[in-house]
Amino acid sequence: MLKVENLCASVGDKQILKGINLEVKAGEVHAIMGPNGSGKSTLASVLAGNEKFTVTDGKVEYEGENLLELNVEERSRKGLFLGFQYPVEIPGVTMANFMKIAVNEQRKAQGLEPLTAAEYLKLMREKSAIVELDPKLTSRAVNEGFSGGEKKKNEIFQMAMLNPKLAILDETDSGLDIDALRIVATGVTRLKREDNATVVITHYQRLLDYIVPDYVHVLYKGRIIYTGDKSLALKLEKEGYDWLINDYKEE
Amino acid sequence: MENETKNILQELETSDYKYGFVSDIETETIGRGLSEEVIRLISQKKEEPEWMLERRLKAYRHWLTLKHPNWAHLDIPEIDFQDVIYYAAPKQTKKLNSMDEVDPELKRTFDKLGIPLEEQMALAGVAVDAVMDSVSVKTTFRDTLAEKGIIFCSMSEAIKEHPELIKKYLGSVVPYTDNFYAALNAAVFSDGSFCYIPKGVRCPMELSTYFRINAEGTGQFERTLIVADEGSYVSYLEGCTAPRRDENQLHAAVVEIVVEKDADVKYSTVQNWYPGDKEGKGGIYNFVTKRGLCREGAHLSWTQVETGSAITWKYPSCVLLGDNSSGEFYSVAMTNNYQQADTGTKMIHLGRNTRSRIVSKGISAGKSQNAYRGLVRVSKDADNARNYSQCDSLLIGDKCGAHTFPVMQCSNPTAVVEHEATTSKISEEQLFYCNQRGLSTEDAVGLIVNGYAREVLQQLPMEFAVEAQKLLAISLEGSVG
Repeated sequence: MLKVENLCASVGDKQILKGINLEVKAGEVHAIMGPNGSGKSTLASVLAGNEKFTVTDGKVEYEGENLLELNVEERSRKGLFLGFQYPVEIPGVTMANFMKIAVNEQRKAQGLEPLTAAEYLKLMREKSAIVELDPKLTSRAVNEGFSGGEKKKNEIFQMAMLNPKLAILDETDSGLDIDALRIVATGVTRLKREDNATVVITHYQRLLDYIVPDYVHVLYKGRIIYTGDKSLALKLEKEGYDWLINDYKEE
Repeated sequence: MENETKNILQELETSDYKYGFVSDIETETIGRGLSEEVIRLISQKKEEPEWMLERRLKAYRHWLTLKHPNWAHLDIPEIDFQDVIYYAAPKQTKKLNSMDEVDPELKRTFDKLGIPLEEQMALAGVAVDAVMDSVSVKTTFRDTLAEKGIIFCSMSEAIKEHPELIKKYLGSVVPYTDNFYAALNAAVFSDGSFCYIPKGVRCPMELSTYFRINAEGTGQFERTLIVADEGSYVSYLEGCTAPRRDENQLHAAVVEIVVEKDADVKYSTVQNWYPGDKEGKGGIYNFVTKRGLCREGAHLSWTQVETGSAITWKYPSCVLLGDNSSGEFYSVAMTNNYQQADTGTKMIHLGRNTRSRIVSKGISAGKSQNAYRGLVRVSKDADNARNYSQCDSLLIGDKCGAHTFPVMQCSNPTAVVEHEATTSKISEEQLFYCNQRGLSTEDAVGLIVNGYAREVLQQLPMEFAVEAQKLLAISLEGSVG
């Protein structure tokens, strides 16, 4: 589904990603961990196509296409979803209206007719239940006045609405209390299928209690320095990153 | 992002003014320039009574003593008032009895403008007094309205048929001595709409006037007078467009509203005059005086969406004369390219327990300048007056300007006057967020701007709100910063 080779990216003069290699297949869950400032969020942004970053080298293949040639909205319409760490507010635009446009843009790209109002409402009810999102929130402006937990639930709600092939969740667990964490993580798990894939960026092992990863990658200074299975996350939680970083330096 | 922004900005600047067509209709005009003879000629062509001519001449003589105002935050090129044609009318040989007799070309023009002039109006529930250049072409639904005693006709007809009402009310809210353009308008006004709602009558449909400047080199000086008698209600819509031309055209209108005891008037405008091209060439100079007078317990609400004109100078105001009267002003003013707008309102609290509310949303893009100018005055007898003002500015790109000039004058210690203001930009984070959900940048900007203006757009009647939303998106096509 996704094949990243030697991906390098910078912002201004600063090189942040220094040769990322990563392959994600359909049906897999990947977790990306690593200390602050190692480039985790940058990787998510670059994959989504944020033009704040310049790709300086490398290749990214997504569903057989050169991902780097597509603009942000094309990537989205082809099923790439980014769950934001800090979802932005759009005053005066209701969540329901926003998602309606998004869903219909995606349908248009797939050659489908837009949903009727009734179909759309049904879809929205169905999907908001997955993350136990208060239905009232959909008639409020996008993220405006939402609590931290509501914002994150709202991200997963949007993910459910858009039904992506590849979802990249950027620290969706940060700032969540334990109940919200469970709801968000369960939501993600329920959206899991054989033909889609999830990349979870996180600081904490606790999220991975709910979303069980097939692979755990450690990102450090713009490179993936270690890949293991879910037991790696537990070890990192206990021992921190130092042992890996020291190994890496010695190499 | 930056490149895309630039591209879209360019695209925006080249996007066409949708209403920039010219109708090929025979027009009867008089020569350029202004003098007592010209005014006599206008009055004569309109077959006006002597008293009206006297009023015009009085206003003209006063106008001669005035200087062009220059206090606004506008760069107004010197206007040669002798180079303007003060009267232009589509030529018609006889009176019209039915829609079929209207010049097909004229009908096509209205069709292009999307005015529901024919049977569809019944469905839309809109009565239209269409003003092309200076003469009211066709007033519809008059019979339906007449049953309720409502008068809705052109100003010229009103002068002939309802002289007692015109004598009583015309100039009672905006006297010719009010300002430079009010004086000019009083001297040369060509036509406009008159509307009278009798005591206790709720006007069953929205009344609408669609103005259009068509003839080249002409100024349009409409005069609108709305009188809502005690306990009545009316919602009035006004829309404006003009064809594109290289030269500037002058539009100096006056709107007067008399809101008698316990009456309620809602006045909505969507102004889309030709704004000039991307270099700032051509476009309408829109110098308008709008004011309403509220008696005891009366309510007046102004809603405006201003997207057109090269220069806009306009302050729809409420004089809250009666106790317990209230006024509202909801405005979205959008400027792009080299457009300039200086717009806002005046809320004059004279009566006790008077309330006013101001919500102004400015949007500036391109190299435009957008100013809000507001006055809230509480006189010493206006006990317990309340005002709430909110002025927001949204900047798109880094070459435009937003300015706010709020003035408050309180002479009564019981007054509560609140003012809130914000300035914001469409952020790259917002655009990225929308893009990531599959929206194009252009759609994202349209959505964000409409969201920003929502509070005002909600005030518009349904059909108008939809048109205004589209207009905002079109006028902004792709403008991002």
